[in-house]
Formats: sequence, C-alpha cells, structure tokens
Amino acid sequence: MTLLAAEKLNKRFGGVVAAKDVSFALAAGEMLAIIGPNGAGKSTTFNMVGGQLAPSSGRVLLAGQDITGLPPRQVCKLGVGRTFQVAQTFLSMSVAGNVQMALIAHHGRTRDVVADAASLYRAEALALLAQVGMAEAADRPIGELAYGDVKRVELAIALAAAPKLLLMDEPTAGMAPRERAALMQLTANIAREKGIGVLFTEHDMDAVFAHADRILVLVRGEVIAEGSPESVRANPEVQRVYLGQSGHKAALRARRGTHG
Amino acid sequence: MDFGFLVVQSLSGLASASSLFVIASGLTLVFGVTRIVNFAHGSFYMLGAYMAVTVVPWLLDFDRSPLLFFCGVLISAAVVGVLGVVMEVLLLRRLYKVPELFQLLATFGVVLMVQDAVLWLWGPVEIPGPRAPGLRHGVEILGQRFPAYELFLICVGPAVLGLLWLLMHRTRFGILIRAATRDREMVGALGVNQAMLFTGTLFLGAFLAGLGGALQIPRVSANSQMDLSIITEAFVVTVIGGMGSVPGAFLAAVIIGQLNSFGVLIFPKITLVLVFLLMAVVLVVKPWGLLGRPEAAAGRAALPEGILATPRFGPWEKVILAVVLVATLAVPVFGDAYTVKVATEVLIFALAAFSLNFLVGNGGIVSFGHAAYFGLGAYAAGLLVTKGGLPMEPALIAAPIAGAAFAALFGFFVVRLSGIYLAMLTLAFAQIAYAVCFQWVEVTGGDNGVVGVWPSAWARSRDVFHYLVAACCILGIAALRHVIYAPFGATLRAARDSEQRADAIGIDVRMHRWLAFTLAGGAAGLAGGLYAFSKGSIDPTLLSIPMSIDFLAMLLLGGMQTVMGAVAGAAAFHTIKDFFMPLTDHWRFFLGASIIALVLIFPRGLSGAYGALRRRA
Repeated sequence: MTLLAAEKLNKRFGGVVAAKDVSFALAAGEMLAIIGPNGAGKSTTFNMVGGQLAPSSGRVLLAGQDITGLPPRQVCKLGVGRTFQVAQTFLSMSVAGNVQMALIAHHGRTRDVVADAASLYRAEALALLAQVGMAEAADRPIGELAYGDVKRVELAIALAAAPKLLLMDEPTAGMAPRERAALMQLTANIAREKGIGVLFTEHDMDAVFAHADRILVLVRGEVIAEGSPESVRANPEVQRVYLGQSGHKAALRARRGTHG
Repeated sequence: MDFGFLVVQSLSGLASASSLFVIASGLTLVFGVTRIVNFAHGSFYMLGAYMAVTVVPWLLDFDRSPLLFFCGVLISAAVVGVLGVVMEVLLLRRLYKVPELFQLLATFGVVLMVQDAVLWLWGPVEIPGPRAPGLRHGVEILGQRFPAYELFLICVGPAVLGLLWLLMHRTRFGILIRAATRDREMVGALGVNQAMLFTGTLFLGAFLAGLGGALQIPRVSANSQMDLSIITEAFVVTVIGGMGSVPGAFLAAVIIGQLNSFGVLIFPKITLVLVFLLMAVVLVVKPWGLLGRPEAAAGRAALPEGILATPRFGPWEKVILAVVLVATLAVPVFGDAYTVKVATEVLIFALAAFSLNFLVGNGGIVSFGHAAYFGLGAYAAGLLVTKGGLPMEPALIAAPIAGAAFAALFGFFVVRLSGIYLAMLTLAFAQIAYAVCFQWVEVTGGDNGVVGVWPSAWARSRDVFHYLVAACCILGIAALRHVIYAPFGATLRAARDSEQRADAIGIDVRMHRWLAFTLAGGAAGLAGGLYAFSKGSIDPTLLSIPMSIDFLAMLLLGGMQTVMGAVAGAAAFHTIKDFFMPLTDHWRFFLGASIIALVLIFPRGLSGAYGALRRRA
C-alpha cells in the first residue's frame, strides 16, 4: 500500500520556483532516492515532506492522512524519523543518552520530573544501538565519535520513534567511501526487515544505484524521470540533462559494483 | 488639545528620537561588526556628557561663540572615541570568541568600573552644563514656544544618518563595516585586517555615544545614573530596529520618540512599559527586528556553554555535602548574629542562583533579568504582609506563585526568541517590572520601598528564621536538582544542544522552555519572598539590573558547567561581597574588575577548579 504520497507539490521563493508539481508515491519497505543536479529542488521537496517547509500548494499524505504544513515535531509523532545532511545530535550526552532522549520523547515523557533520565529506556536504547552496530560505544560522549559513527547513532535516534517512514537528507555526505556503502547497506537491511519506507536524497551515485528501489530525477524543480535504477540509467533524457559524461561513468561503475 | 500643541509635542518627540538615534547607531554598528552587545556603550554616553561639562565651559571662557561650543562637543566625543579604542584593544579583542553571556558580563564589568571612576573623578553631585550660545532662545511654532536647541537636535539625527550613509557607501572602511555585518568570517577570509576594522568600529561607536552624551548637556545635568538608563533605551531601539541595522535604529528611534511624547499624555505613568511592550510585540512578529536580518547559520555545532554532565555524588562529594549541611545547621549554635545573617542570605542567594543556572546552564536560556522574578516574589510577600495584613506563612506561599506567574507571562514571549535577542528581551521585561515598582508609588512605595516586612512571631528570632530559610532553600535546590536529572531536565539540555534534532524527535521546544522559565521564576520568587522577610523591607533594587548581574556573577564564579556550581558561587560571591563592601568605597570597581578577570582567566569558575583537582587526585 502507499505509505507516503506527494501530490502536486509546489514551492516558490519569491520569483524562484523551487518545486513544480512534484508528485510521487512510496510504499512501505521501499527505498526511494531523489536525485538531481545542485539547485534541482531536492532539499526543498524533502523539507516539504518533513515539515521544515510548508508547500505553496499541493498535499503530502502519510498513510492516507494529510500532513501538509505540520511542524516537524508533529510529523515525527505521526511516524516519520529523520536524519540530517550534517548530523544533528545532543553533544553534551553520551551515545546511549542520545537514543534514550529520543525514546523519552517517543513515549511522551519529556515533562516527567520524577524519573531518572539516565536509566530510563536504557535497555531499549542499547538494543537500537546494537542494530546499528554501535552498542560498544554506548557510554562514550557522542562528540568523541568519528563522523561515520555519529551518522549510525543518528540512524538509531531516528529509529527510536518506531517510524513508518525515514527521511534521510544526503545520508552519506561527509563520509569515507567504505563507510558510505556500509551505512546504506545497514539502512536498506533495517528498512526491509521492518517494512519502513525510506526517502533519501543523495549525491553519491554509487549509493543511489546500489540501494534505491526506485529513483526520482528532479531538474529545475520538475520531475523528469521516475522508475527503477535500470530504467532511469537507460533514460536518454536523464543521461543528457543530468548524468552527463562523468555521471554516466558513475552509473557504469555502480553497475559493476552491484553485479561484480 | 489644539493642533499647535500636538505639533510641538511631536517635535519634542523627534528631538529625543534624534538623540536616541545618535547613541543607538553606535551600539548597532559595534554589534554588527563585532557581534558583541556592548553594555559599556551607556558608559561612553555618560563619559561624553561629563567630558563636555568639563571641556565646554572652559572653552566658552575664551569666547561665548557657538563655534567653540560645538568644538567642545566634538572634542569630548573624540576623547570618548579614543577610550573606545582602549577598551577594544585591552578587553574586547579577548572576547570575540567567548560565548555571548560572557561578553555581556565582561562589558558590564566595564560599566561598574566606569561608574566608580566617574564618581571618583567628578564626585557624586550632578553637574549642569552650559546652554548652547546662539540656540538659547525659543522659537514660536503655531502659537507655542519651542526651544531652538531642540530644533537643532532634530536636525542632528538625520545629519548623522546621512553622514553614516556616506561613510558606509563611499569609503572603503564603511564598505568593510557593511561586509563584516553581513558575514564576518568571509571578510576575514578575504584577508582584511580585522584588528584595524574592529578598532576603527569601536572608535566610531564610542564617538557616537560620546557625541550623544555631549549634545545632552544643555538639556540634562551630567549624573552618574545616565549610563544604565540610556543603555536600556538604546538596547530597545537597536533590538526593535534590528541589531546591526543603522536605518532600522533610525526608524525605531522615531517610533519610540513619538510613542514617548504622546504616550505621556495618555498614560503618564507607564511610558516605560509602553516602550517595552512595543519591543515585545515587534520581537514576536519580527524576531530579528524591523529591518534586521536573521543570524547567519552557524557551522558545525559547538559544545554548548552550560551543564555538560550530570554525575552522581561520589564519596568525596557526599562528604563535602554532609559537611556543608552540618555547617549550615550549626551556624546558629556557634556563630554570632552577624554570621547567622550572612549564612541566611547565602542560602537565599544559593536558591536564586541555582534557579538561574537551571535556565542558563541546563536550558541554554540566557536570562539577563532573573532579578525580576526574585524581586516580584519579594514584593508579593512584602505587600501582602504590610498592605494586605496577612501573616508570613501565606505570604511565603504567594511569593513563588507570583514569581512563577510573571515568569509564565514574560516567558511566553521570551521563549519565542533565542541568543542575544532573548537576553535583551529578558532584560527589557525586568526593566518593566523595575519601572512599575519604582513608579507606582502609592502601592509600592516607589524608590523607598516598603518597610516592616517581619516574619510571624514564632520565626522572628534570627536563629529560627535561619532554620526556616535553610529548610525552604535546601528543599528547593534539591527539588530543582532532581528535575535536572529527570527526563524534563534532559529534554531541556537536548533542546539546548540541538533545537533541530529535538524538534525532529517530537519535542515541543518552546513549550518545554516556557515551563522551565516558569519553574525557575517560581524558585526565584520563593528566594525573593524569604529575602524580603530576612531584610524586613523591599525596594526596587531587588529587581534592578545590578541584582540580575549579581546572580550571573554567582554562576560565573561557581562555574555554570556543573550542577552544583551555582551554590558554591553564591556562597563565595556573597561572603566576599559582604566582607569587602564595608572596607572600600570602590566596591563596584573591584566587582567589575573581578567579573572581567573571571571571564578572561577563570571562565569555568570554582567548580571547574574543583573538577581539575579531582582529576589530578
């Protein structure tokens, strides 16, 4: 069934049209990548789904419910987890503390003035950290971790709210190539296992072609192609407008990666 | 009310707007380039006035010509400009990288030092200035007489605005100022000599403040309270106009000038309140002021300035805690009356400072007006006992309720902002509360306050009252400390660390901050109520800016990175103050210098030193 549906989303900033009639659908357990050159409207589209931006017109439906223009905290409560292009974590807390905080928020206990925050939901937090392979680092300050590990913890934070949908804005930005592949593989495994839909934007074509079930190509705010990685890769207009020569090479490299 | 009267009223509003703009333009320029909100700008204004009442009469002795008068004014402003350069080189350069709370405190240290220096140099008596030759007469406007000097002042504002526009658009220095206001790091990356740019900006800013002060001498006598009264007004103008925007400051000054001159006709008692109300409304509708721009987004997140870890008490801490508790309870047994009094006050300030660190250290909500809730608690208790005829017990219950109620009311606006704008708004609300207590003489007793706030008979002895205070404050601190360790406290730290992340995991950041503000206001109100009974009186200094600064200085001294630092800071600060203040006439100078020294060389305070000691052991 359709988990997320964007219907004719438009966003104008003054005279600039950042998104024009962008429509797409995403099923549970599916990974949908939004790609496009710089300024194509990827982040705008993304932020309209996540609640950071209100669309000028159009609707966003989550499992049939209209979430257009709701603030991020309410979008979260309805089952949308999110990671950011530059990881956003609670720097003064430990790794486990970060995930515990997300669990406290998920269980609606942020106004609790009696319980002890340090021990609340600790077991659940450790289980989530184990899923992303960060259980050993549970008691380290998050500021000490390598960036790739911070991204994994951020994924655990996003999963704490038991989301139906994960929004990941350039999940592998700023990471080393080997870490990128590992993070994307981890995300794909978790998403398929739990039936979570994943919407992500990405500059790294290897990551996109290796892990996306479907790809949405935006150029100047408009959808120019949508479909399986194979069909998008073969689409002559995508090759001409977006991939160009070097992108084509990346696509070939990705194909070798997946088949070999 | 005839037409001529309205015109004259409006003209006098323009005259004060013009003066206010000259001062505020300097403040906003300095903020734009250095990102420092310079409390000492009011001191520059005061120094300008004192310089002018010294230099101008001396010059007029040679020849009573308008030319010499204005030469004197410009010389005074230039001298103040040089003082601005001295301040930049000696102090501000060391502050550009420290958190804004520390910047505000350090520049307030300069305010305190200048206040004592002015008293020492010029004495406590107000000094009237000479009238301006050639502008002493009145002008007939629509049947009303209007002073010629005021007409001249009306022209000064637009003239300064025009000259600043030329400077900013036609000179290299001005273009650099504009560029730095937009993006300071980029200007640095382009290889601009920042040291020269910042020093030059401080000269210009201090010059404008000094000019504003010197131009006032025909209207008001130079006095040692000019600094704080003008700085709050100048803050309001820059905040409403948008910090860093010179045209914004002009617009805001005109609006406030008119609001003041017509407001005084309609609501003569509450003109100050009107101005701050305008500021609150503007900030809620346009959080960066009328013509301001949002702060450029910061790069990678830095570790916040505040409580970073919430450790349990270890064996050593338990021993220290036990010793302190026993000592607190033993003071009435072994100490004399004076020691008991000091210990009682230390407990009260410990609760107030702890509640402030709950906001600042734990929540990242830098309140510059915490004394408001302390003072409103004191006034609620004091007025209920003296005017309401109630006994102490219900009054002590009313104190935290009053503190919390006003914190809830003011906090509703405060939590919509962040950073320096938030600090300015808390300051503004504290000034509203101060103005009401000061001006509403029939109820509050005005400047003199109210005496006869005595405890009930059973608690009237110093010793029993000490135990009452100890019970309230220790329980209060323990309860707040518990909240810091509870999910609510953790949520506040989370929102402080990353608002974006907190939002994305479903936290309503504003609502939690509002609750925290209310809770801290309640605790401060309780402390204030107890303080009223310990003093036996209430007066407006309880909610003044210096009181708020005292609380912040306690945090600074104790170290705001730790949970219990505020308590140690309150104890150390109050004992030192109580010991030194009778010994010196220059307590403020000493306090100001100490605050600056703390910021520069000891920013983690006593608890930071203790932590270092523990790590070495």
